Amino acid sequence: MSTLHTVNKSPFTHGTLASCLSICTDSDGVLLLEDGVFGAMTTTPCATRLTELIEQGVRVYALIDDVKARGLEKMLMSNIELTDYVGFVQLSTQHRCVQSWY
Amino acid sequence: MRKKILFISRHAPYGSSIAKEALDAVLTAAAYDQDLSLLFMDDGIFQLLPNQQANAIGQKSFASMLPALPLYDVENIFVHLESLQARGISKNELLFDSVQTLDSTAVSALLAQQDHLLSF
Repeated sequence: MSTLHTVNKSPFTHGTLASCLSICTDSDGVLLLEDGVFGAMTTTPCATRLTELIEQGVRVYALIDDVKARGLEKMLMSNIELTDYVGFVQLSTQHRCVQSWY
Repeated sequence: MRKKILFISRHAPYGSSIAKEALDAVLTAAAYDQDLSLLFMDDGIFQLLPNQQANAIGQKSFASMLPALPLYDVENIFVHLESLQARGISKNELLFDSVQTLDSTAVSALLAQQDHLLSF
């Protein structure tokens, strides 16, 4: 796996997630955290692109603590995986580099 | 050991200090003889507009600082094509012509080649 992309902005307000997804490739991972978890909602403006990338093999994760904090657990796309801070550390070590989109 | 380091600058100049911090970091890293590249993306491409008169707001112009990069051996300077297109700016309107445009696919490949990414 090459790059882990982290996104901490809501795609309803910022273009950050869209920018990330435009250069994300199939061996990459995407971790949504802080307000970035709004990007994991079924109503996310990036739903089509996210699904396309997941089908190509990109793994997309949302940080469970931030999801819970915002009450979003039942509103997420089913193809997005949930992870915690331990998982975040593991993802950081499993990828060659981390690119933070903020 | 010589490492491949890519600086990604995605924020407009002046509104925040992020763009300036990116430039300072690049110039600092240049002193350590590493394989550096700099990519302008999203609103970061606005740093490359000519005719910046930052003295009007009491700041130093990026247009006067960026052309110094090749003097510090930072010669791999890239700009994301789709970010330019989204803002209606063409490559020949940019501050200096030694920047290379890369489309999204090429940017993906550039990231995959690096040992370290520094995002600003």
